[in-house]
Amino acid sequence: MSLSRRQFIGIGGAAVAAAAAAPGLRLVELANARSPEEAATSLQRWGLLIDISKCNDCDVCVTACSTENGWYGHNRPATDPQWIRKVTLKDNQTGYVESLPVLCQHCEEPPCVDVCPTGASFKRADGIVLVDKHICIGCRYCMMACPYKARSFVHEDTTNQKPYAPRGKGTVESCTLCVHRVDAGRIPACVEACNKDGHQAMAFGDLNDKTSEISKRLASAPSTQLRPDLNLNTGVRYQGI
Amino acid sequence: MAHIHYRQLEGRAPGFYAVLGALGALILIGLAAALYMEHNGHWVTGMSNQVVWGTPHVFAVFLIVAASGALNVASIASVFGRQLYKPLSRLSGLLALTLLAGGLAVLVLDLGRPDRLTVAMTYYNFKSIFAWNIFLYTGFFAVVAVYLWMMMERRMSDYSKPVGMFAFIWRLTLTTGTGSIFGFLVAREAYDTAVMAPMFIIMSFAYGLAIFILVLMAAMRGSGRELGDVVFGRLRNLLGVFVAAVLYFVAVYHLTNLYITQRHGIEGFILLHGGQFTTMFWLGQIVLGGVIPLVILFSGLGKSRAMVALAAVLVILGGLAQMYVTIIGGQAYPMPLFPGKTVVASSFFDGQIATYTPSLPEVALGVGGFALALALAAFALKVLPFLPQSLSDADADPHHEAAAKKQASAA
Repeated sequence: MSLSRRQFIGIGGAAVAAAAAAPGLRLVELANARSPEEAATSLQRWGLLIDISKCNDCDVCVTACSTENGWYGHNRPATDPQWIRKVTLKDNQTGYVESLPVLCQHCEEPPCVDVCPTGASFKRADGIVLVDKHICIGCRYCMMACPYKARSFVHEDTTNQKPYAPRGKGTVESCTLCVHRVDAGRIPACVEACNKDGHQAMAFGDLNDKTSEISKRLASAPSTQLRPDLNLNTGVRYQGI
Repeated sequence: MAHIHYRQLEGRAPGFYAVLGALGALILIGLAAALYMEHNGHWVTGMSNQVVWGTPHVFAVFLIVAASGALNVASIASVFGRQLYKPLSRLSGLLALTLLAGGLAVLVLDLGRPDRLTVAMTYYNFKSIFAWNIFLYTGFFAVVAVYLWMMMERRMSDYSKPVGMFAFIWRLTLTTGTGSIFGFLVAREAYDTAVMAPMFIIMSFAYGLAIFILVLMAAMRGSGRELGDVVFGRLRNLLGVFVAAVLYFVAVYHLTNLYITQRHGIEGFILLHGGQFTTMFWLGQIVLGGVIPLVILFSGLGKSRAMVALAAVLVILGGLAQMYVTIIGGQAYPMPLFPGKTVVASSFFDGQIATYTPSLPEVALGVGGFALALALAAFALKVLPFLPQSLSDADADPHHEAAAKKQASAA
């Protein structure tokens, strides 16, 4: 069978129209999700509340973070990365012992961002502090500047990376507040793990939204920042220290 | 004033090529060390997530600070009009360039991603002192190169004063930037103080002059040229004043910290019970790098050139010790995350004194930077007229007694 010119133009036209329309249909689907611009607007300020009175001796938050983001040690504690760690404190005067997780505090005025020569250390409009692994030169000035010891330098080769949490030898990394999950409308892995275990010591949410759980909890009980004297206005807040 | 004649190093002295060969070998070892660290990752060094800047930074910052200080001799001549220092100006500018090159090479080769140097040159965050320093360092090369041109090209010599003034201001800014790398760090108690900037400037005077004196002595002696007592005595006294000034700034820094209760921890660590850092401070920085050089330079011992050379070597070693205490000691003491509380347990060394042992590759890289600076200077002295043909008393200062006597006997 041979196609007449009319038939050829007809079929060809339909094919072209379908090819043109398909991405458009895909766009409709994408438009229903949050676009990257929407995800990082200053209308939100993502924050984390950690209630130490509910924080146990466990480290599910640490394990969950490591599994989620694919960071792991080589049995060399001094150089192994640690995006979140558990610290046990004893009050010098009273002897009271408490345990708490420490991670990037996602400061409003982050010293790591101030000192970074290339701008690889940056803060998103929604308050999440990140490292752009493509322009980090590995100078470690941010690690000198961070008052919370929140950052790790990747001291050796990395394997089995997660596509949403790229890592690279010779660059600096730290807690991303699980930005890939937050952008998809989910909560960070540490918070999810803590809640799943029933501790409910961690709450994640929008500090700008007065109706969010985190804002309500912060408004109803005393809380503090780590090193409040530095006036960095951290996104991570603690209750019960 | 008599006209100054400059000439490159002549002949094919085997000694010169032996020195150049030895420096070349050290440079190659340094490069191999850098390659080894980059290939394996920094875990093979003594550095860690606790001590993020190590021995390479001790050498790099020392060399960068010394570079700006080495330019001082030229500044004294062209900015402050001291004619006696004029014959030394070219060597002063040359050493400023080569020391900076050596220091920057070490700094860049220690980066986690030295291959991204182009990123550092194209992406800037202008709130970062590091970003300012990239401009201050590259600008320094350009400014000093022009300054040398003005000094070496007779037609341009009228401009050497304004250009020299500009270079002097630039170098003060540069060292302010280097000191402020630490001065602006709010997180760590050893830093976070404005005195860092002026202290680094005065340190640069001492380190730079110590290296200058040693290179001048070696070059003049190696090429069989005379270095008279007038010039030498001035340089010796100047070094003594600078060393004393460094000690003054160190005293002010520590007294301030000792007055502030919050900082008693870090002060106790550095001054009393910090192990290697306490030893390095008292023995290295204060005794070897300060007290002994002062005694040599301001006593009868200073009449011996060998003793003055020893004092200059000690100032350099003491300077490296000071950098070690400042950079590594300042990090080894834990940050005060939880004032009023003691860390009982942490998987990330919170509240603990960090251990640090310099590794061989780190030292090799640092020494390689030193060797690069000296090799570049030696090569330049060989091919271009940087060194005056004579610094004898009569040539250096016609008003000096020696010249007067000479004239008297001639008449």
